Amino acid sequence: MSAISLTNVSIAYGGNTVVHDASFEVAPGESFALVGESGSGKSTVLRAITGLAPEWTGEIALLGKPRGRTIDRAFAAECQMVFQDPYGSLHPRQTVDATLSEPLAIHGIKGADRRVPEMMAACGLDPKFRFRLPHQLSGGQRQRVAIARALMLEPKVLLLDEPTSALDVSVQAEILNLLKRLRREQGLTYILVTHDLPVVSFLCDRMAVMKAGRIVEIAPVSALADDGLTSDYARELVEKSRSGLA
Amino acid sequence: MSDLLDVKKLRVTFPTASGPVDVVKDISFSLGRERLGIVGESGSGKTMTGRSILRLIRPPGKVTAERMDFEGTELLAISEPAMRKVRGARISMVMQDPKFSLNPVMTVGEQIGEALAVHEKLPRRRVKQRVLEMLEAVQIREPERVFGLYPHEVSGGMGQRVMIAMMLIPEPSILIADEPTSALDVSVQGEVLSIMNDLVTRKGMGLIFISHDLHLVSAFCDRILVMYRGEIVEECRADALHAATHPYTRGLLASVPRLGETRAELPVLDRSAWETA
Amino acid sequence: MTTREWLLTESPSSRMQARLGRSYRVWRALIRNPLAVVGAIIILALVILALFAPFFATHSPYTGQLTQRLLPPSGDYLLGTDELGRDIWSRIVYGARITLVIVLLVGAIAAPLGLFLGAISGYFGGWTDRILMGITDVFLSMPKLILALAFVAALGPGIENAVIAIAITSWPAYARIARAETLTLRNSEFIAAVRLQGASALRVILRHIIPLCTSSVIIRVTLDMAGIILTAAGLGFLGLGAQPPLPEWGAMISRGRSFILDQWWVATMPGFAIVIVSLGFCFLGDGLRDVLDPKSGAKS
Repeated sequence: MSAISLTNVSIAYGGNTVVHDASFEVAPGESFALVGESGSGKSTVLRAITGLAPEWTGEIALLGKPRGRTIDRAFAAECQMVFQDPYGSLHPRQTVDATLSEPLAIHGIKGADRRVPEMMAACGLDPKFRFRLPHQLSGGQRQRVAIARALMLEPKVLLLDEPTSALDVSVQAEILNLLKRLRREQGLTYILVTHDLPVVSFLCDRMAVMKAGRIVEIAPVSALADDGLTSDYARELVEKSRSGLA
Repeated sequence: MSDLLDVKKLRVTFPTASGPVDVVKDISFSLGRERLGIVGESGSGKTMTGRSILRLIRPPGKVTAERMDFEGTELLAISEPAMRKVRGARISMVMQDPKFSLNPVMTVGEQIGEALAVHEKLPRRRVKQRVLEMLEAVQIREPERVFGLYPHEVSGGMGQRVMIAMMLIPEPSILIADEPTSALDVSVQGEVLSIMNDLVTRKGMGLIFISHDLHLVSAFCDRILVMYRGEIVEECRADALHAATHPYTRGLLASVPRLGETRAELPVLDRSAWETA
Repeated sequence: MTTREWLLTESPSSRMQARLGRSYRVWRALIRNPLAVVGAIIILALVILALFAPFFATHSPYTGQLTQRLLPPSGDYLLGTDELGRDIWSRIVYGARITLVIVLLVGAIAAPLGLFLGAISGYFGGWTDRILMGITDVFLSMPKLILALAFVAALGPGIENAVIAIAITSWPAYARIARAETLTLRNSEFIAAVRLQGASALRVILRHIIPLCTSSVIIRVTLDMAGIILTAAGLGFLGLGAQPPLPEWGAMISRGRSFILDQWWVATMPGFAIVIVSLGFCFLGDGLRDVLDPKSGAKS
C-alpha cells in the first residue's frame, strides 16, 4: 500500500485546468519531490491532496483510502502541510503556544501542556519562545513553529510547499537538517514541492519534474548526479541549476 | 581603472528604542566599469548600502561617510534638487519586484518615456522612438504592443525587463540592481541577467548587483563583497570565491546543498567562531 | 525584576504573563497619545457621573419647584433650572446614565452582530455573501435617523425601542468592515493551516478570523459612539426616544427650544454635554486606531 497515490488527476481553478493527468505513487517512508517552475502546477497538486483545491477529477488515495474533496479530521490526523512563507502561515495575534495547542484542541486531545514543550524541543525551539508572538521570532524560528504545528497531530505524511525558499541560506541548512532528522526519527513520508534541485538532492529519494501542468519525468534523485535524466526539460533545469543561475 | 564611485567609511544609523543601531558600519569600497556583487543574508545591510548611495534612506535613518565620490561629485554634500538630477539619470536602481515599482495606471511606454523626459528634452515622436528601441534592446518581441500595455498586463519577467529598460534609458553611469531576479522564475532569470549584462558591458556602466545568492553572484559578477551584520567581511574576485578565507563566507558556501548531495547533514553556521573576535 | 520588566519581557513564561504584557503595551502606547488620554478622561468622567449620580446631583432630577422655574445659572443652581423648576445640572448628571445605557446596549448588540454576519459573509462568499451583503446594502442606503424613526414609529416610542432601532441601523457598517477584513484573511496561509487541522468553519471564524477583525470594529464603534449619542438625542428631541420625565439630553434640548432666546441655558447646557461626550469618544477612537490598527504594524 502506498502512502499517497494519484491516478490520472486533473485539477482546475475556476474552470481552468492547471494540472493534467498527473499520476504517481509515494511509498510509506519515502521522500518524493515535485519539481518545476512557478505555474507548472506543482503546488496545486499539494492543494488538491489536502482539499484546498477541490476541483479535481481522477483518484487520490492516502494510505490506501480514497480522498474526498473536503478536509475532515481523520485526514488531518494523517496528513499535514508546511507552507512556503513563514511570515504568512502563522496567525499574527496568536502565541506559539496557542498555535501549537490549536490542533490538539480541534481533535479533543488532552495534555497540551506536556505535548507543546515536547514538540518545541523536537523542532529545536527554545522553551522561552513558547509565549511569543510571531513578530518576535526570526524567519527560521517561525518555520520551526510551522513544522512543529504540522507534527502536533503525529501525521504519517507531511506535504512541504517550498519550506525553505523564503529563508536565508544559512537558515535553510538548519531547516533542511531538521526536516531530514524528523523524517528519520518519526518515519515520515514527505512530498516536497520546490524549484530548487540541490534541495531535492539533499532531502528526497525520488522526484517528478513538472512543466505546464504535466509530469514530464519521474526519476530517482540519483539521476541528478549521474546525468540519468531523459527528458529535455529536466536536463535543461539541471543545466541551469549547475550554472549557478538558479 | 578609473573609479566611478568611491565610498569611504559609509555608515547608516537608525535610532531604536534601545539607542542608535548601525546597520552599515564604516564600509569602504570602490566601483569601476565592472560588475560588483554585494552578497549577504537578510539584515546584513546590503540593501541599505545600495539605497544610501542614492540617498534613499528616509529619516530617522542617517547616512554618513568620509567620502562618497561619484565621478568627482561628493554625493552626500550636494543639495536634494542636485541629487534628483543624479538619481535615475546618472545612477539608477532596479528593485526586486517590478509589480510594486511600476505605476499601475500608466502604460509601460508612457512610464519609460517619462523616465527619459525627466532628464532630456526631446520631441514627442523622438521619445517614442527611443522607448521602442529600448524595449527592443531588452528583448521584448513586440515593442509596439507592449508600449501600450498596463503593468498588470505584463508577466513578471517582462515587467522586470520593462523596469530595466526604464532604468537604462537615460544611460546612467551606474546601475544598482537589488535582487533583480529573485522574484522571477529560473528560465526567465537567465534571460534578464544576460540582458542586463549585455547592456552594462556594451555601454561601459558600473553595476552593483545586490543579492542573497552566493552562487548566482559568483557566476555573474567580476568582484564580490560579502557583507555580514553591516560589515564587509570578505572581498574577492568572483572566480576566486571558492578560495574565500573568512569563516562566514566559507560557512555560507558549505551550507548550500549541491546537486548530487552526499552529505548526510548540512554544516550549520557557527557564528560564535568569529563573532567574539 | 520590576513589574514593568516582568510585563515587557520578550520571553513570557506563562500564558497569563504574555496576555498581561500585551495589554500593558497597548496601554502604554495609548497613554502616550494626548488626545486619547483626553478622550479617555471624558469617558471615565461620564462613567463616574453615571455610577454615582445621586452623589453628584445637587437636586432631584424629577421634581422641581415651580417658583424656581427658568432661573439662570447661579451658586444654588449650577446650570440654572428648566421650565418646571428642575435643576439642569442634576438632570444632566442623571441623563449620563441614560446616555451610557444607550451607548453600551447599542455597542453590545450592533458590534457583535455586524462582526459575526460580516465574517460569515466574507468567509463563505458566493450566495451567502450576496444575500447578506444585499441586506446590509439596503440598510446602509437609508439615512440612519430616518430608519431609526421608522422603527420607533413601528415599535412605539420609548428608550428600549430607541436602543433597538439604533442598534438595527448601525450593524451594517460593522458587517462591511468585518467582511472586508475577512476577505483579505480568508485566503491567507495561516487560515489554510487551521483548516488543514480539521477545524470547522465556525471554529475558524470565531477563533481565528473574528479576533483579527475586532480591533478595527472596536475603533469604528468608538468613533461611531458620537453618532449614536446624536441619533439617540435626535430621537429624544423628536419625542420618540426617552419619554418625560426621564432626563434624556436630546429631550431636554427639545423642551428648552421654546425658551432658546430668553433662557438660553435650558437648551444649551445639555447640548454642551452631548458635544463633550461625543468629542471624548472621537478622541478615544482616534487614539485606539493609532494603537490597534493592524495596518500600522506590530510595533507595539
